[in-house]
Amino acid sequence: MQALLERNVILLAIVTVITISIGTLVQLVPLYTMETTIEKVDGMRPYSPLEQAGRDIYLREGCYLCHSQMIRPFRDEVERYGAYSLAAESMYDHPFQWGSKRTGPDLARVGGKYSNEWHVAHLVAPRSVVPESIMPNYSFLVTRPLSTDKIVGDLKTLRVVGVPYTDEQIENVQADIVSQANPELGDGDAVLGRYPKARLGDFDGNPDLISEMDALVAYLQMLGTLVDTRSYQTGADGR
Amino acid sequence: MSSASLAQATHFETPDYYDDLVKKFVIATAFWGLAGFLVGDFIAWQLVFPALNMDLEWTSFGRLRPVHTSAVIFAFGGNILLGSSLYVVQRTCRASLFGGRSAGTFLFWGYQLFIVLAATGYVLGITQSKEYAEPEWYVDLWLAIIWVTYLVIFTGTIVKRKEPHIYVANWFYLAFILAVAVLHLVNNASVPAILFGGGFTKSYIVWAGVQDAMTQWWYGHNAVGFLLTAGFLGMMYYFVPKQAERPIYSYRLSVVHFWGLTFLYIWAGPHHLFYTALPDWVQTLGMTFSVMLWMPSWGGMINGVMTLSGAWHKLRTDPVLRFLVASIGFYGMSTFEGPMMAIKTVNALSHYTDWTIGHVHAGALGWNALITFGVLYYLVPKLWNRERLYSLRLVNMHFWISTIGIVLYITSMWVSGIMQGLMWRTYDELGFLQYSFIETVEAMKPYYIIRATGGLLFVAGAILMIYNLWRTARGDIRDEAPLGLDVRVSASPV
Repeated sequence: MQALLERNVILLAIVTVITISIGTLVQLVPLYTMETTIEKVDGMRPYSPLEQAGRDIYLREGCYLCHSQMIRPFRDEVERYGAYSLAAESMYDHPFQWGSKRTGPDLARVGGKYSNEWHVAHLVAPRSVVPESIMPNYSFLVTRPLSTDKIVGDLKTLRVVGVPYTDEQIENVQADIVSQANPELGDGDAVLGRYPKARLGDFDGNPDLISEMDALVAYLQMLGTLVDTRSYQTGADGR
Repeated sequence: MSSASLAQATHFETPDYYDDLVKKFVIATAFWGLAGFLVGDFIAWQLVFPALNMDLEWTSFGRLRPVHTSAVIFAFGGNILLGSSLYVVQRTCRASLFGGRSAGTFLFWGYQLFIVLAATGYVLGITQSKEYAEPEWYVDLWLAIIWVTYLVIFTGTIVKRKEPHIYVANWFYLAFILAVAVLHLVNNASVPAILFGGGFTKSYIVWAGVQDAMTQWWYGHNAVGFLLTAGFLGMMYYFVPKQAERPIYSYRLSVVHFWGLTFLYIWAGPHHLFYTALPDWVQTLGMTFSVMLWMPSWGGMINGVMTLSGAWHKLRTDPVLRFLVASIGFYGMSTFEGPMMAIKTVNALSHYTDWTIGHVHAGALGWNALITFGVLYYLVPKLWNRERLYSLRLVNMHFWISTIGIVLYITSMWVSGIMQGLMWRTYDELGFLQYSFIETVEAMKPYYIIRATGGLLFVAGAILMIYNLWRTARGDIRDEAPLGLDVRVSASPV
């Protein structure tokens, strides 16, 4: 066999691809076909347009390089960060943001832990609130207006890859951005109807501008808040 | 002259090797290597002095870190893989490159364009945010075109070979090219947002959540497995026997090494996701195969090191060989450390800490970079038709500076990583967590300084190498005492 393969490059290539395909198929395909891969939980919904825009800023700045969003089922992690993360909680994440490194703390359940004011102060100048922090300053987020004209296109693209946005949600993208970041100007109840548990408010403290800071803080403030983990029943495998 | 001897004369005629192309790849390797090391050391200092982020969006750690990883993996590693594979495939097949000079030129400049598009994108915030697969959809498509060109040139050259057998180095290079193609296409499957009215530089990955996590680390682990391992093993299988002037230790071991590595590596991805929301059965498979992977890895290490049988004395006088052998040593060390860290209980401590960063650099600096330096020192005198290198003493100095740099790097990250992991899980006598997160960040500072200093030594070594290679290419020879001579003189009774 080897004698044949090392004399015929096409055969060698074919057998090599088959060799690397076995593990690939065994590990990847069942994740899509087995129903137990993603837990059945209540409360998961797609991101609101403002949250999704904030998430895209989180990606753009490479936050995932220092912050994980995956709490492991260990006593110390659960005490430090909150209930361990479920697969269902990232089911609408394209791409996932579990991360691989904790130069800074895990953010999977950072939502609601700090005030909006704290987040803004911390993002603008981390050492003003945490003197030993080594995080970069993100002061430009406060002054830069959130570019909103393309967000409807982003949500439509997400629908194509499988996020179940309704036609109603797609039609109200612009209105929902304004209403979530400035509920007094818009219809906050409509946002909550379309995106239950969404945090409403002028996140950056500047009512005259919907900034990138508004979007990022809106995203951070909802992280890990959608699923009531106390209602989740642990399965036979301990998860 | 008889017709038989005429036929023999043609048989031994050297084909027209396209070495000008290999020269370009050699220069690009040195250039991107230095750039990648510099950015890496800069962001290492950012973790010590956050003011170095300079309050600008383009220079923050989050945007520069992908510049560092892509520059060292795809620009430095990628260029030496492309260049060395095209050098090796021509010689081991006794054939000039398939596709001619124009295909080669397109491959070279196309690949450099890929690097520039990717790196400038990161600085501007254009990223898919998948580690080591950050380039956006249009850069991914461009790379796919370049990669198919590479595959055609490489396999085409093997098809027109004048040797009956395909040499072992080419099996490894071929597996690297094919696997990277498969990984790239699957992990980067995405829908550009511009198709539906979104921005041009943005796309959404078709995979989500837990499936995306598995796909990403199947990719991430096998970028290490096939680009940084299989491809570089191709280099080992050609340049170590060449420099040692000895045949490969065992043909049979090469066969076992190749198929064992190719089959087992692809399963190991889940060890990046232990104790996460990834289903347990995949985690268990990942751990089992990661531990098994130790065997073919060490089989390959033994095959490389034992090639020096009967030529060990050359290590004293040949610092180029020393680079190659030390790299195999680091390969052995990191392929032991890897399976160990892929045991779930060990990983529970090491995951998310700087121990992982240390492990990666044991492989990347110790194995990938040292073997690349050895290959560059081998190639430059050959390609520029020089009798020898400008200075072997400078090679020797480079060897020790970079080795000390690596040792500072990996030991500081071992200590700090384990410390960090232990601090996170320490309880006080009342049953509360002993340390707040920020206390663990503070404790890292001295180790971050040691790490960045090690990195600085590594950069200094690379500058020394570039100077040496440049003088070699110019045809200069340094007036210096030969290496190892003093040892022999003092050992002599006369």
